[in-house]
Amino acid sequence: MTEEVNSGRRRLLTTVTTGVGLAGAVALAVPLVASMKPSARALAAGAPVEVEIDDLAPGQMKVVEWRGKPVWILRRTEEMLAEMASLTGELSDPDSQVVEQQPAYAQNEHRSIRPDVLVVLGVCTHLGCAPSKAFEKGGASGLGSDWVGGFFCPCHGSKFDLSGRVYKNVPAPTNLVIPPHSYVSENRIVIGVGETEATA
Amino acid sequence: MSLINWIDDRFPLSKVWNEHMAQYYVPKNFNVWYYFGALSLVVLVLQIVTGIILTMHYKPDVDLAFASVEYIMRDVPAGWFVRYLHGVGASMFFLVVYLHMFRAMLYGSHRKPRELIWLLGMVIYVALMAEAFFGYLLPWGNMSYWGAQVIISLFGAIPLIGEPLAEWIRGDFVVSDATLNRFFAFHVILLPLLLALLVYLKIVALHKVGSNNPDGVEIKKNKDKDGNPVDGIPFHPYYTVKDTFGVAVFMTIFLGIVFFVPELGGWFLEKDNFAPADILQTPPDIVPLWYLTPYYSILRAVTFEWLPGGAKLWGVIAMGGAIVMFFFLPWLDRAKVRSIRYRGWMYKTALTVFAVTFVMLGYLGTKNPGHIDLFLFKNVIWAQIGMVVYFAFFLLMPIYTRLDPTKAEPDRVG
Repeated sequence: MTEEVNSGRRRLLTTVTTGVGLAGAVALAVPLVASMKPSARALAAGAPVEVEIDDLAPGQMKVVEWRGKPVWILRRTEEMLAEMASLTGELSDPDSQVVEQQPAYAQNEHRSIRPDVLVVLGVCTHLGCAPSKAFEKGGASGLGSDWVGGFFCPCHGSKFDLSGRVYKNVPAPTNLVIPPHSYVSENRIVIGVGETEATA
Repeated sequence: MSLINWIDDRFPLSKVWNEHMAQYYVPKNFNVWYYFGALSLVVLVLQIVTGIILTMHYKPDVDLAFASVEYIMRDVPAGWFVRYLHGVGASMFFLVVYLHMFRAMLYGSHRKPRELIWLLGMVIYVALMAEAFFGYLLPWGNMSYWGAQVIISLFGAIPLIGEPLAEWIRGDFVVSDATLNRFFAFHVILLPLLLALLVYLKIVALHKVGSNNPDGVEIKKNKDKDGNPVDGIPFHPYYTVKDTFGVAVFMTIFLGIVFFVPELGGWFLEKDNFAPADILQTPPDIVPLWYLTPYYSILRAVTFEWLPGGAKLWGVIAMGGAIVMFFFLPWLDRAKVRSIRYRGWMYKTALTVFAVTFVMLGYLGTKNPGHIDLFLFKNVIWAQIGMVVYFAFFLLMPIYTRLDPTKAEPDRVG
């Protein structure tokens, strides 16, 4: 036994002990932090939803719940589709350039797979409020005499057309989100499974 | 006293009592502004006590929460009283904290050597905002739900990590049972523990340097032969008695609100929260309660689409920045004197304009941005003007506090 202090070894042991202690704390933190992620039950509730649309007449809309969010399924009339074509100048993203707002198969003129059937999340892209239907045209809608019908968010006044495209000069930055969806048959939509995934 | 001696041999009871109460010297010239520190402590204790009682009856479950609150209101003996004390208490807490902060800005209590007290106070303020936000979801009213939805979606604006972060906070894709349950845990365990710790640290820091006073003069510079400040008096019994009087006046006002106007016309409890949460029906105007609306106003004031990254992201940054500004106050203020009594017209004007702006932003935050509630301009324009004034107050402070024609501080308090 020596009286001398081996300070090099002491420093090494201190460093290693501290390091192992910190690594242990981090390793412990990982599962604790992960426990706050959506649970298996929440994930299961986020499973795809199948919707029958053969009862949906042109001009009608139905609301279904997917991942706890309202999904609007709107069957647009020929007239609605025709009138929307004239809106291009008033919209901030008429050609759906912002890629994240819709799957590639809905990045088209009507933002849908079938031209008449719009499937869109009823959640305002500003701060997550629920916009309301404003299908009535003209002054009666309270949104001006040139209003051709669309959606209106009562929270901060954002306006969207019947394809969920956002108007210019409103708080919402982007078009409404088109969720991944696909058709199992002509009148049966599955929300939560995209076209490519379905065919793959 | 043999019992005291017995304890003193095992725990420094007399020592702590003397150091922090009976022989803790406090400036003799405190005015009415100096009540709010003690009052905030009183409200904290009251919130904890009423909170514990509420937890005995409340159920953090989306199917039961709303009804359990109504059960507290109708069936639990004095349940309405406990719940209104807690709800009004939240607003009163912010009221005294805002007045307490304003006091610091009046008399320079944030200045060296009290920067750390100010910083701890600001951390308490932020923790309190979180505590209020978590608590507001618990009744599971429609405003609870949509308020939480909007505030959590703000995190989604952060690039890259935003969406996963928001999901991690909610524990689900939307505000749901998982969210309610964890907010309950944050509200009744995490933040109260944190607040208790922070308050303890703040008092330790305060008692290390001693209180400031309306003259902004250090009383420790003039000591008598025993080493006690000439202009100081022991906290106990002088200020314990004085604060008791302040508490009595405060409780009179507090209970007046609890008994006669517990909702205070929608300012303390919004009417939309008397309906249960409905995921398909947004309230016509989603607004937080008054104590958060100055920042909500700033969030909504940023409507400049040409900003890189978009207006929404910058709104969130501006809102966060508005709170962060306060943290830098001790270093932004470069005046030679502490108290407003010896400052020049520049700081007096700036502080007045800032206080008015803060109240205006708070008012606008409760209104629809597109309407006109003041005069001439839409609310959003006023909010934008307010935002510029708000940031100018802080960012220009190093300049105007240095140029300000100050008077010489006296040697002793008046």
